[in-house]
Amino acid sequence: MTTTGWRWARAAAAAALLAFGGGASAAGRVIEVKAKRFEFSPAELRLKLGEPVTLRVTSADVTHGFYQKELGIDAEIEPGRATEVALTPTRAGRFTLICDHFCGAGHGNMRLVLVVE
Amino acid sequence: MRHPIDRRSFLRIAGLSLGAGALYRVAPALAAGPGGRDTARRLARANGEGVTPFSFVQLSDTHVGFRGPPNPTGTLAFERAVEVVNGLREQPELVLFTGDLTHDAEGRAERLARMRRFQQLASGLRAKARHAVPGEHDAAIDGGALYREVFGETSYAFDHRGVHFVALDNVSRPKPEIGAERLAWLRQDLARYPVTAPIVVFTHRPLFDLKPEWEWFTRDGAEAMKLLAPYENVTVLYGHIHREHVHQEPNGRHVAARSLIFAFPDPAAAAEKKPAPFDPQRPFRNLGPRLLHAGPGASSRTLALGMEEVELTLREHSGTEGFQQLLRPSTLEG
Ligand SMILES: [Cu+2]
Repeated sequence: MTTTGWRWARAAAAAALLAFGGGASAAGRVIEVKAKRFEFSPAELRLKLGEPVTLRVTSADVTHGFYQKELGIDAEIEPGRATEVALTPTRAGRFTLICDHFCGAGHGNMRLVLVVE
Repeated sequence: MRHPIDRRSFLRIAGLSLGAGALYRVAPALAAGPGGRDTARRLARANGEGVTPFSFVQLSDTHVGFRGPPNPTGTLAFERAVEVVNGLREQPELVLFTGDLTHDAEGRAERLARMRRFQQLASGLRAKARHAVPGEHDAAIDGGALYREVFGETSYAFDHRGVHFVALDNVSRPKPEIGAERLAWLRQDLARYPVTAPIVVFTHRPLFDLKPEWEWFTRDGAEAMKLLAPYENVTVLYGHIHREHVHQEPNGRHVAARSLIFAFPDPAAAAEKKPAPFDPQRPFRNLGPRLLHAGPGASSRTLALGMEEVELTLREHSGTEGFQQLLRPSTLEG
């Protein structure tokens, strides 16, 4: 599951880079993340310590939150537009990112694990 | 004027875990020695209403309507908690519910039925003064609209025997937060009290960063604690985390009660926020009354083991004249 999720993310990132005209953006590699009640996909992302990335997050249904306190991530994901979150991980470890905008009865379990190595 | 009393002890709130919630004794020292009685007289003279000893109970996270693998017994732990509280020799004067009274459902009719069922079960308590705040399972789906219809306001305050109680809603907005409007209300409410007033805030989510990754925090909880910072005797009671926890901050002590549905693990030891699995041998383990399935003669021992003293020692009296201004609106001061 983890491996599949990672491959999926890598493919999505490649696609996004093309869409952004070759990835010349200063924010680095672009990774697509989809939010829908009550999951993020992929559910896990592997990031490299010190490598800048942009998470490009879209919602398939309602407004979701995108929150990871230690990494300083705090965004609102509204349906109908992509929200870009620039990030350069400065600490290794597993960080659980949560949806912190109530989105329904399964909201409490909506999370994305960021593995920084 | 010097007060010939042990200031440290007279404002003590001592908590005792029942296994079904927590029992708090407020200011027992007031009734104890001659010094305490002297203080009580002085406070009463100054205020009209002094702090007098009483006890209250906190129950939390009953999640009425929940059925699932971590708890196939439904409301049984809640029902037993009512019995345990009713069986206390010293009846509590108040029962506070710190949220997630019901488990959420998508339909309004089902949500209403669960709230009514909660009320029915809670009405079995001998203590008639019952106060609640919502949890996100009660209120987040519709901004607290149905909760207000059934239970009334989600944030409010009242005084009981010289202690100021504040019910603080941090669940009915889409985000885990109190919100600017409610913080403004809190500021106004607190402004009526001198810094020595004993204050008990009860809320659902922790007002400090216990475990943000598990949504065990309130985004603007620090704002509320900042408003409470000048007050010397602040205790915050909360639920949400389905386990006992005591956390001391410079300007207040935060205490969580156990749930009456299922328990969450220690976030320091567990990788994931997953309910503790159901143990049919000990259905109320880490929850409600542990004595239910204890063998003959074992129940009192089990209950005794389940009790854990949670000392909520309030900060020392500042040495001002005390409670003269307590319970008076700020416009009457000076
Ligand atoms: Cu969500």
